[in-house]
Amino acid sequence: MAGELQQFLILGAALFCVGLYGTLAKRNTIAVLMCIELMLNGVNVSFVGFNRYLQPPAAAAGALFAGQIFALFVIAVAAAEAALGLAIVIAVYRLRHTVQMDEIDMLRG
Amino acid sequence: MDLRTLAYVILLAPFIAFLLNSFVVQRVWRAAGIFTVLGVLLSFLASVLVFLQVQAGARLDENVFNWLTVAPGGAAAVTLGVRVDQWTALMLLAVTGVSFLVQVYSWGYLHEAEMDEHGHVHIHRDPGFARYFTYMALFTFSMLGLVLANGFLGLFIFWELVGLCSYLLIGFWYYRGRTLSRGLFGAAAGSGMTDERLSPPEAAKKAFLTTRLGDFGFLVGLLFIWAHFQTFNFTEIEHAVGGMPEWVPTVAALLVFCGAIGKSAQWPLHVWLPDAMEGPTPVSALIHAATMVAAGVYLMARSAFLLEHAPNAMLVVALIGGFTAFFAATLGLVNNDIKRVMAYSTVSQLGYMMLGIGVGAVAAGIFHLFTHSWFKALLFLTSGSVIHSTGSQDMREMGGLGAKMPGTFWAMTLAGLSLAGFPLFSGFWSKDAIVGSIPHAHLPVDVTPLLLFFAVVTAFMTAFYTMRVIAMTFFGEWRGDRHVFEHVHEAPATMLWPMLILIPPAVLVGLIWGGVVTPPGMSIPSFLEGHTVVEEMNMGLVGLVTVLVLLGLLLGWLMYGARSVSAAAVTRVFGPLYGWAANKWGFDDLYNWLVGSVVVGLANALALLDRGVVDGVVNGLAQGTVALGRAFRGIQTGQVQTYAWVVFGGLVVVALAVVLPVLFGFRV
Repeated sequence: MAGELQQFLILGAALFCVGLYGTLAKRNTIAVLMCIELMLNGVNVSFVGFNRYLQPPAAAAGALFAGQIFALFVIAVAAAEAALGLAIVIAVYRLRHTVQMDEIDMLRG
Repeated sequence: MDLRTLAYVILLAPFIAFLLNSFVVQRVWRAAGIFTVLGVLLSFLASVLVFLQVQAGARLDENVFNWLTVAPGGAAAVTLGVRVDQWTALMLLAVTGVSFLVQVYSWGYLHEAEMDEHGHVHIHRDPGFARYFTYMALFTFSMLGLVLANGFLGLFIFWELVGLCSYLLIGFWYYRGRTLSRGLFGAAAGSGMTDERLSPPEAAKKAFLTTRLGDFGFLVGLLFIWAHFQTFNFTEIEHAVGGMPEWVPTVAALLVFCGAIGKSAQWPLHVWLPDAMEGPTPVSALIHAATMVAAGVYLMARSAFLLEHAPNAMLVVALIGGFTAFFAATLGLVNNDIKRVMAYSTVSQLGYMMLGIGVGAVAAGIFHLFTHSWFKALLFLTSGSVIHSTGSQDMREMGGLGAKMPGTFWAMTLAGLSLAGFPLFSGFWSKDAIVGSIPHAHLPVDVTPLLLFFAVVTAFMTAFYTMRVIAMTFFGEWRGDRHVFEHVHEAPATMLWPMLILIPPAVLVGLIWGGVVTPPGMSIPSFLEGHTVVEEMNMGLVGLVTVLVLLGLLLGWLMYGARSVSAAAVTRVFGPLYGWAANKWGFDDLYNWLVGSVVVGLANALALLDRGVVDGVVNGLAQGTVALGRAFRGIQTGQVQTYAWVVFGGLVVVALAVVLPVLFGFRV
């Protein structure tokens, strides 16, 4: 039991870390957005694994599929957030005519 | 009117004049002079009343202002107050009397007669007229406050004030630069010894700084006195000093004497008085002859109760006084500037006074102070008259003025005879009182022969240089510019009358109040202390001094009046000594070197420390902060990913902080 959960968690962690690295280090804005999606999906994998192996006994019926419900929510939010992110990218592009992250330094005071 | 009211009138009249003058604008310049003259006149009249009352026995010694209460319950308090006794009364007369006449004289002195190309004479008023009388009023107030003080602290406060006024008045013509007088041996000889006179601001600074050095000793003395007596009041200290071990009054007297050395221009702090002659001549007459420089002598007289218990201090005072008298007289012998000769004469006579106090004849010292005020002031005023009409201070350019300026001539001659100590003139009585008391001195080391030598030889030199001045100025042929000689005239009325009025006091004060003409009890020394001058006089010494005085006068006349003895020949005989005296025994050069190398060197070293270490630390801190800031600025790139990195970094730190203790069981 624990070994199979561990495999799920390792996969989730790996996906998350790869996504984190990409978010922090990629130059292309679209790539950063994609990596953010990757992080979210890694988290989804962890949720599903927890749901399969740490399911509570039948008593708490409402929490039977909590993990999977949560993952669905994450997917929906991710989609919305991706749409917003792309809208921001387009707005920034109109201003700076670039999607290279190191050329967008408007946060500088 | 009682003494207290009179004392306040005396003090406040000139002070109010000063305040009024401070607000007088240049346009109303006459008002400044009028206020000062009237204020000082009022003080003089009140001083006469004070004198009469004091002679009848009235005294005053009360605290006016309780400044600080040190111990609980008022056990030790710093107070300021007024004291009127016989010494005060005498000084008040001299200060207000001379001051009043000097103020009137100044009115005329500050008007310069200038000749234009057409030969018309224009009277120009000095642009600083109002300022002059403002400072004079302040000075008179300060000097009177000094005389009326009932304790060392009160005296010291006014002591500093008179020092300030002296500074202001010496530097009165602040816009003038240095003056170059003719070389000592004439341009032809080309010896290079020029007599460059300091500019008035430089002279003022020199005066103030030199006296400051003495005042430092005085201040330490004040602290010392407080530490041992818990009071500054003269009467209280007088009662307490008997119970003290001898070193206490000795140290106190010596420290206080430091102040007197500075203020009364005794050796070694004599250097400022000759240069103080850069101020207007009435200033020199009042401040640097009659009153301010006398403050040091007055202080020592007031400290007599300390000196009585400190024979070693008396020895120091007598030696310094005697040496100064001798030393300054040698300098006056060879100087060609009429005012400077008078300045050295003042230093010399002040030395006499200190000598008198040092040998225990305090009354004689103050008596000489009193007589000296009158005839020295007159000598300066007459010098001023000569300078005013000839435009020059160099006696080598004068001569033959006797016929053209008879009033000035007679005034200076009579005052000069008094200074020299001609028999029966006032200087004779006071000087011989001092000389006569030297053999009675009870000093720890028997320096009587040395002191007698100083006193007697100085009397000879005094007579000689006095006659030299009179002869060079008023007799013989005019040696200056022909045009100037044509326009030389007697002094105007405002200048002439004060001089004439001063003649009787300058000549007769000694006679009338020396215990000869007056009944016992009315004479000054008995008024001061209880015995007449005649008792003090040692006939043998008097005879010796008189002979020397007459010899000095004769020699001076022969060399400079009749020209039968050649001055140049005598100069050659004394060769190096002459140059040594003319160079003021090298003291000015020594002090310049001391200040220039030692003081300035030390200052440079300390400045290096200040700039390097102190500033270095402060600047270093600032630069460090800036560098640190610059380093941290690197994070602010404006890029989102940088900030994301920082967040991630913080997260790692927090995670470690949480996980590590659990992992290792709270082992660090």
